[in-house]
Amino acid sequence: MALLEVRDLRVSFDTPDGTVRAVRGLSYDVEAGQTLAVVGESGSGKSVSTQTITGLTRGATVSGTAFFDGTDLITADQSTLRRLRGAQIGMIFQDPLSSLHPQYRIGWQIVEMIRAHDREISKQDARKRAADLLTLVGIPRAAERIDDYPHQFSGGMRQRVMIAMAMALDPALLIADEPTTALDVTVQAQVLNVMRRLQEQFGTAIILITHDLGVVAEMADEVVVMYAGAVMERAPRRDIFYRNHHPYTQGLLASLPARSGERLTPIPGTPPSLISLPKGCPFAARCPHVFDKCRTEAPPLVDVARDPRHQSACWLPHENSEAIAS
Amino acid sequence: MTTDVLLKVENVRKEFPTHSKEVVQAVAGVSLEVHKGETLGLVGETGCGKSTLARCMAHLYDVTSGSVTFEGQDITKLSRKAMRPLRRDVQVIFQDPYGSLNPRRRVGSIIGDPFAIHNIASGNERKKKVQELMELVGLNPEHYNRFPAEFSGGQRQRIGVARALALRPKLVICDEPVSALDVSIQAQIINLLADLQKEFDLTYVFISHDLSVVRHVSNRIAVMYLGKIVELAPTDELFSQTRHPYTRALLSALPVADPDTADSREQIILGGDIPSATNPPEGCRFHTRCPKARLDCAAEEPPLEAVLDDSWQHRTACFYPLTVGEDLSTAVPDLKAS
Repeated sequence: MALLEVRDLRVSFDTPDGTVRAVRGLSYDVEAGQTLAVVGESGSGKSVSTQTITGLTRGATVSGTAFFDGTDLITADQSTLRRLRGAQIGMIFQDPLSSLHPQYRIGWQIVEMIRAHDREISKQDARKRAADLLTLVGIPRAAERIDDYPHQFSGGMRQRVMIAMAMALDPALLIADEPTTALDVTVQAQVLNVMRRLQEQFGTAIILITHDLGVVAEMADEVVVMYAGAVMERAPRRDIFYRNHHPYTQGLLASLPARSGERLTPIPGTPPSLISLPKGCPFAARCPHVFDKCRTEAPPLVDVARDPRHQSACWLPHENSEAIAS
Repeated sequence: MTTDVLLKVENVRKEFPTHSKEVVQAVAGVSLEVHKGETLGLVGETGCGKSTLARCMAHLYDVTSGSVTFEGQDITKLSRKAMRPLRRDVQVIFQDPYGSLNPRRRVGSIIGDPFAIHNIASGNERKKKVQELMELVGLNPEHYNRFPAEFSGGQRQRIGVARALALRPKLVICDEPVSALDVSIQAQIINLLADLQKEFDLTYVFISHDLSVVRHVSNRIAVMYLGKIVELAPTDELFSQTRHPYTRALLSALPVADPDTADSREQIILGGDIPSATNPPEGCRFHTRCPKARLDCAAEEPPLEAVLDDSWQHRTACFYPLTVGEDLSTAVPDLKAS
C-alpha cells in the first residue's frame, strides 16, 4: 500500500462568476521515500489539490478520498488534521517570508512547532533540537543564529528554516509547493540539495509541486502532468521526458528554450476557463493532433505502455492500443 | 572586425543611499558596448545590478559617475526635455505585465500613448496605427476598447511590446520580459520578440535571471555579480569555454530538463549567500564564495580583460580563470597567508 493514495479528488469553488472546477478527478499514489513531482502551469490545479488534502481549502466543495496511512484526509476532522499536519505531513511553500512570523525569533518558532506536537519535550531539549535542525539544513553558526529574526535571514536561508520546521518531527511525507521558485538558481541548487539529502537520510516521501521541468528532471521519481484541473499524463521520470505520450507533455517540453537560437515551438492559445470548460478533452483547442472525437468526448486516463505506471489521457494510439482492439 | 556601436557604457556607477547613511553600490563600475542589431544578454542573480544597469542605459536613472553614449551622443547629463527625442529610440519592456499597465485605461489608449506624447498622430489616424501595432504583436485589433484586466498575462506582455514598438525604436531594453509567464506562453513571446527584431532591425538588451532563456535569445552574454561584470563573451563561447568560476557555478546550478544530463553532471554548490551590496567584499567580490579563491583575490580587484587564447570579445575578471575542462567541483579555496 502506498503512503498516500489519492482517488478521484474533485475540488470546486463557488464564485460570483460561476463554479470554478479547480481539480477534476485527480488520482495518484505517493510511495514511501519517493518523490512525486506534480507539474503544470498556472491554474492547472496542482497546488489546490495538495492544499485540499491537508485541509487548507476552506469554502471549497470537495469529493474523493485521500488515504494517508489508513486515515482519509478528506473526511478527517480538524483536530485529526491538525495532529497530522506538522507531525506526519510537513509542508513548505513558495514564499518563506510570509510563512514565518516576522516578530518572533527563528528558534522560538521552531521550538513552538516542536512543542505543539510533543508535549513531553522540555524547552531546553526542543531548543537543542531546533539548533540541530538548523545545522542539518546548512545554516552556518546555527547556535548563534537561532535567536535571529526572519528578516535577518536571506531568502534561501528562510526557505531552509521552513524545511527545518517541516522536517522537525520527522514526517513521513513532505509537501513542497514551488519551494525554490522565489530563489536564485545557485540558492535553488543549495535548497534542492538539502531536500535530497534529508530524503536519503530519513526516507521521507516528497510531493514536489513545480512548474519547472528542469527541477522535475533533477528531483522526481514519478511525474504527474496536470492541465485544467486534470491529469494529462503520469509516468516515471524518464518516460515523461523520453517516451511521453500526451501532446500537452510534448508541447511543454518543446516550449523550453533550446540551446541553439532555433525558433521555439510554443503551445498556441491559452488554457480554457475553469468555469466554462469545453466538452471533450480540455487540451483539444491547443492540440496539434486534435480530431473530432477529442472535441466531444473527454479521454480517460489509460495505460499507454507496458509499464503500468505510465498513463495518458489522450485518444491517440499508444503501445497498448492493439491489445485493446483485438 | 568592425561592428557599429549603438550604445556605450563607460565606468558606470550607480549608488543608492539607504536610511542608515550607507550606500548601496548597485552598479559598481561597468563598461560595455551594445552593437547594432545584436541581442546582448545580461544575467545574474537578485541584487547583481542587472536591472539598475539597464535603467541607467535607458537614462531612467541618473548615473552616479561614468557615462552612457547613444549613437555617439553622451546622454548621461541630458535633462528630461533634452532626452525626449531620444526616448523614441530607446524603449523598455518590463517584467510585470500586471503592474506596468494602468488598469483603468483602455488598451487602445495605452498603446497609443507614445503617439500622443510625441505628437505623431491623433484621432482616427492614431487608432489606425494602434490597431496595426496590435495586429503586429498578435492581438486582435477589435479588442482596442478593452481593459488590461480582460487580457491574460501573455496578452498583456504583447500589449507592453506593442507600446514599446510604437515609435519604431532602435534599442529595446527587455527587463525580464518573460519571467512572469508560463513556459508555453513564454515561448510565444520569445518568438514574437525574435520576429520583430528581424523585421525592424532592432537591438535588444535582454535581462533575465533565467540562463536558458538568455542563452536562447542572446548573441553575447554579460554575467554580473554584485554590481560588476565578471564575464562577457559570445554566447557559445561563454558556455563552451567558461572562464569565471562564478559563471561556471551559475551554469551548473541551472536545472536541465533532461534526466540523463541531470544524473550525470557534476554540480557545483556554492557555499553561503550573496554578500550585501552596501558592504561588498574587498578585492574580487566573489572571493568569499569562490572555490578557487587565493590570497591575492581578497587583496586586489581583478580587471575585466581577455584571457590569453580567447578571442578579443571574450573577457573575464579573474586572476585564476578556468581552463577548458577544469574540474571546479574538487577545487578548494586557499586564503591563508603562507
